[in-house]
Amino acid sequence: MNAEVASVEERKQNLKGMGTSRRRVEDARFVQGKGNYVDDIKLPGMLFGDFVRSPYAHARIKSVNKEAALAVPGVKAVLTADDLKPVNLAWMPTLAGDVQMVLADGKVLFQGQEVAFVVADDRYAASDAAELVEVEYEELPVLVDPFKAMDADAPVLREDLEGKTEGAHGPRRHHNHIFTWEVGDQDGTERALADAEIVAKEKITYQRVHPCPLETAGCVASMDKVNGHLTLWGTFQAPHAVRTVASLISTIPEHKIRVISPDIGGGFGNKVGVYPGYICSVVASIVLGVPVKWIEDRIENLQSTAFARDYHMTGEISATRDGRITGLKCHVLADHGGFDACADPTKFPAGFFNICTGSYDIPVAHVSVDGVYTNKAPGGVAYRCSFRVTEASYFIERMMDVLARKLEMDPAELRIKNFIKKEQFPYTSALGWEYDSGDYHTAMEKALETVKYKALRDEQKANREAFARGETRSLVGVGVGFFTEIVGAGPIKNCDILGLGMFDSCEIRVHPTGSAIARLGTISQGQGHATTFAQILASEIGIPADQITVEEGDTDTAPYGLGTYGSRSTPVAGAATAMAGRKIKAKAQMIAAWLLEVHDDDVEFDVDRFVVKGAPERFKTMAEVAFAAYNNVPPGLEPGLEAVSYYDPPNMTYPFGAYVCVVDIDVDTGVTDIRRFYALDDCGTRINPMIIEGQVHGGLTEALAIAMGQEISYDEMGNVKGASLMDFFLPTAVETPVWETDFTVTPSPHHPIGAKGVGESPNVGGVSAFSNAVNDAFAHLGLTHTQMPHDHWRVWKTAERLGITA
Amino acid sequence: MIPGSFEYHRPESVDGAIALLNEHGDEARLLAGGHSLIPMMKLRMAVPSHIVDLQAIDSLHGISEEGGELVIGALTTQHEVLTSDLLAAKCPIIPEAAALIADPQVRYCGTIGGNVANGDPGNDMPAIMQALGARFRAVGPNGSRDIAARDYYEAAYFTELEENEVLTQIRIPTPAVGHGSAYEKQKRKIGDYATAAAAVILTVESGRCISASIALTNVASTPLYAEAAAGALVGTDLGADAVDTAVRLAEEITEPTSDGRGPADFRTHVAGIMVRRAIARAQKNAG
Amino acid sequence: MSKMHVKMNVNGAEVEGLAEPRTLLIHFLREQLSLTGPHIGCETSHCGACTVDLNGKSVKSCTVFVAQSNGAEVTTIEGIANADGTLHALQEAFREHHGLQCGFCTPGMITRAYRLLQENPNPSEEEIRYGISGNLCRCTGYQNIVKAIQAASDELNASKEAAQ
Repeated sequence: MNAEVASVEERKQNLKGMGTSRRRVEDARFVQGKGNYVDDIKLPGMLFGDFVRSPYAHARIKSVNKEAALAVPGVKAVLTADDLKPVNLAWMPTLAGDVQMVLADGKVLFQGQEVAFVVADDRYAASDAAELVEVEYEELPVLVDPFKAMDADAPVLREDLEGKTEGAHGPRRHHNHIFTWEVGDQDGTERALADAEIVAKEKITYQRVHPCPLETAGCVASMDKVNGHLTLWGTFQAPHAVRTVASLISTIPEHKIRVISPDIGGGFGNKVGVYPGYICSVVASIVLGVPVKWIEDRIENLQSTAFARDYHMTGEISATRDGRITGLKCHVLADHGGFDACADPTKFPAGFFNICTGSYDIPVAHVSVDGVYTNKAPGGVAYRCSFRVTEASYFIERMMDVLARKLEMDPAELRIKNFIKKEQFPYTSALGWEYDSGDYHTAMEKALETVKYKALRDEQKANREAFARGETRSLVGVGVGFFTEIVGAGPIKNCDILGLGMFDSCEIRVHPTGSAIARLGTISQGQGHATTFAQILASEIGIPADQITVEEGDTDTAPYGLGTYGSRSTPVAGAATAMAGRKIKAKAQMIAAWLLEVHDDDVEFDVDRFVVKGAPERFKTMAEVAFAAYNNVPPGLEPGLEAVSYYDPPNMTYPFGAYVCVVDIDVDTGVTDIRRFYALDDCGTRINPMIIEGQVHGGLTEALAIAMGQEISYDEMGNVKGASLMDFFLPTAVETPVWETDFTVTPSPHHPIGAKGVGESPNVGGVSAFSNAVNDAFAHLGLTHTQMPHDHWRVWKTAERLGITA
Repeated sequence: MIPGSFEYHRPESVDGAIALLNEHGDEARLLAGGHSLIPMMKLRMAVPSHIVDLQAIDSLHGISEEGGELVIGALTTQHEVLTSDLLAAKCPIIPEAAALIADPQVRYCGTIGGNVANGDPGNDMPAIMQALGARFRAVGPNGSRDIAARDYYEAAYFTELEENEVLTQIRIPTPAVGHGSAYEKQKRKIGDYATAAAAVILTVESGRCISASIALTNVASTPLYAEAAAGALVGTDLGADAVDTAVRLAEEITEPTSDGRGPADFRTHVAGIMVRRAIARAQKNAG
Repeated sequence: MSKMHVKMNVNGAEVEGLAEPRTLLIHFLREQLSLTGPHIGCETSHCGACTVDLNGKSVKSCTVFVAQSNGAEVTTIEGIANADGTLHALQEAFREHHGLQCGFCTPGMITRAYRLLQENPNPSEEEIRYGISGNLCRCTGYQNIVKAIQAASDELNASKEAAQ
């Protein structure tokens, strides 16, 4: 491109900045099989670790005999809790302020719990030896039902907490009680409910599910005993936090630990936490002096590595007869499993569940959450959502439909009637959040118009009449869902994890020839950061995105950041990128002015250059300025062109969207066909529309899986049922429908580029849209709510209960 | 998930395979496509110390018609079955069912012999073979014998096949020209076993059902040959009463377990729906 | 347990090695041959991340013993590119149509699609969805994968026509 004659449009196109569907730079390696995932790492002398796991959900460990295992050729060590105690690592802190056994210490609390760690030359020998570790168990009474957790005679799960009446989040009132968390105006809410013309009440369970990324969790730990340096590669969504935690619990100084997240095969919240496999690999590498790799298999992943949801919600919503909501109350019983290992900001043991007033102007509300221990795997991670936000969104969106039935009002109309209005933003909700921006009415109207909502309802009416006449055995359901996400954690004043404020960061170096490198505290697991962050920067500093390298995931080189989850990368690290870019631009402006021999204020930025105001033929391109930064800067200015920004956002961002789902249900088989799914997302400023659309497709597919089939369930003995991909529902291309996407744009007023984050919206908004559609199909028969997942048998049972099965 | 160690054998003849089975007794397992056995071995639910891989035995491959019988070699893959012109023309229910088994990769490996032989109640071909009146040829140290598919299954993973026998062929009386057939299978997703499935084969003349056979998949510890249900159709015009009776009789013999696919009563109900739909479709494509 | 001598042709090159018969083909490829393109996702033959082409068929290499594949011809994602080193039409199309996100399923997905297009050069959308139903993706929702395979099919057919 000739810098002299190129038009503004040509110069903008050349940058491939924000708003461009730029092809992803990551893909060249992935399509050739040249990605570098943790299991691809091979180091000289590397050993392989494998776990012995508990077959019981609750049992005392009488003895562990390692002899036969140690006799297997190639076996180097078998670690148990007793081996970890001298180094103080038999237990580890969780992100939720609890402690968790690394290896079973005296007892096991869930099926699949780690009991011993076998280290051998390769995974075959390790597996053979793990079979031979003899563990003698004494079975204990098992607690599976969270509703019985706080019964007086419930078995004591956590003997280590015996007598502890104060937990990490306040008083504990029972030996299986973790915390009670409350927010809102209880008296006011009770009054609103008591005085209401209409109150709708419902029990809504969001079943236990699992993020199940295609790559399981794993790591390689390598302790260099000569200089005391530990390098840890792993599937970490928050590598810097892992380094700090590793330092705190191992007492290795933080500067001697290097944590690297290589390519990650999907995370979805599954890879935020710290798992026993990481600790055991580190210990084994320290003990044996060689690198140790641990990669879990799929069954281990589903059984033990961080579940999501398991929220049992009871809601009451009150309204006037004409459909104006007057109050909302919710109680949650949260099943946290054997240890509280939720990955929430410290002050929020129930995450941001108090976003459960949703998109509606609800005058008064109250929420209380009781967390309890059961004999199940620990977790409670944010599976493709901000902390507990899908639970909240599912709750309010189901409650809105339940209320609509009671009012005999169209569910879309009820929503529109109660939306927070555009002019009310910034809006402070009854449960304390300040919504930054929104235009819900416009989004909903566009959605309803596009899907021809009225015609769908007419068709449904005809279908119901035909069904009643016996002319069809299929029912049409129309699900309307509207969600407000809360993402981008978050302001340090509210949000920290283990005391680490949830800022994020970007460091930029512009090279003399006008190309650049940007390093961030986040880590992509498929979101395409290397592509999109370069686009933000291209628009900010006028260097083509193709000439900007984006690097993340190596704690030795990247600035500190809290990582990627909760849709926080664009809201926080994206903002840091823009802010660091602006620092670059400010210095570049001084250099440009110097080169153009005018005052700083007399030049202005124009796409990829600085021009003299009023004399556009006089300019210096960013590339020229970059070179000058290394040889010809104004007197008193340091050479070089670098900047770093640590961005503490003033607020969260609040993406929203309107979804419509149309289903056809075969009442004889319970089979639900997704006829149509329309998703309108408003994520503020759109950086790369192609990537946004891809994120929406993926999130909707995960929502489909959750709503229609996913479940981690337990039998009464605490055995996990169906922990493999035979049973755990991941839809294939055949079960997945074609997705229709759409958008509106309401920029975030406080974000430097107005972006809000989108990766998790489709999951947060999608689940309730599917569920509402299934419930809606039966609404005329009096159904208000039926539990997820809406798999064939549950749907058929619903039809049976309603008396319409043959 | 790592399988235990074993010694590997790749005989080139059926006799060679039988000799290995004789030598190693219950420590040996036959390996065809491996997609049932290998996952079991990875879970260490099966730990054979000898694996006898049948892939090099040429005589076990292929599909042909011999004197009124369709003969399918045990090592014929589901993919080959699915793409066989001969079967498409003479016995379309077999490729129809193959298309509903697992996924493309598994069908390239999975064999029809393995599917019928191992006695997994989730497999689809056993019920198809019962409906078709197929016989399985078993070759052992004392020669060969044929076992009717309807007599072959004793319980889950227990069959009439002796430890030292190899199931070499499936022999199916070529169905009458103009017969109608259908396999209806409900499953949760691609790759799943049936919640319930039904195979129906009919011959119809001038609107009257001349012969019928029905068999069910995955609603008991073995495939179920629903003789009484089929009997209720023969001689009728396949009207509502006859179909209702057949459905009821089929439902009556089911004994499904409750699992992730649903509780037992649901699976019995689905079996009935599958029978009903398979009858309707078989009737439609008869003639 | 004793090891066996294994020989096969992988991506056009004759390779050999010593391995226990129980070694799964995926481990032999990844660990002995350092072909880390195919991945391990589920280990129960459901996800297809380990898909390779074995004697002209797509197989899940986590459910094949190396002993079974002794003497076989294997193609992995590393062997899919054109002879002149340029990317295969499928690889290009996956990039162009955003047919991947985390990239973990991609090698298996492309290797499967490669065989699908050999068998059916003009697949409909439905045939593509059915044809890749042995490969799970957690990121894309398949829509752009389907689009990419359609585009590659068009591209391959066009270049075939041009060559004639």
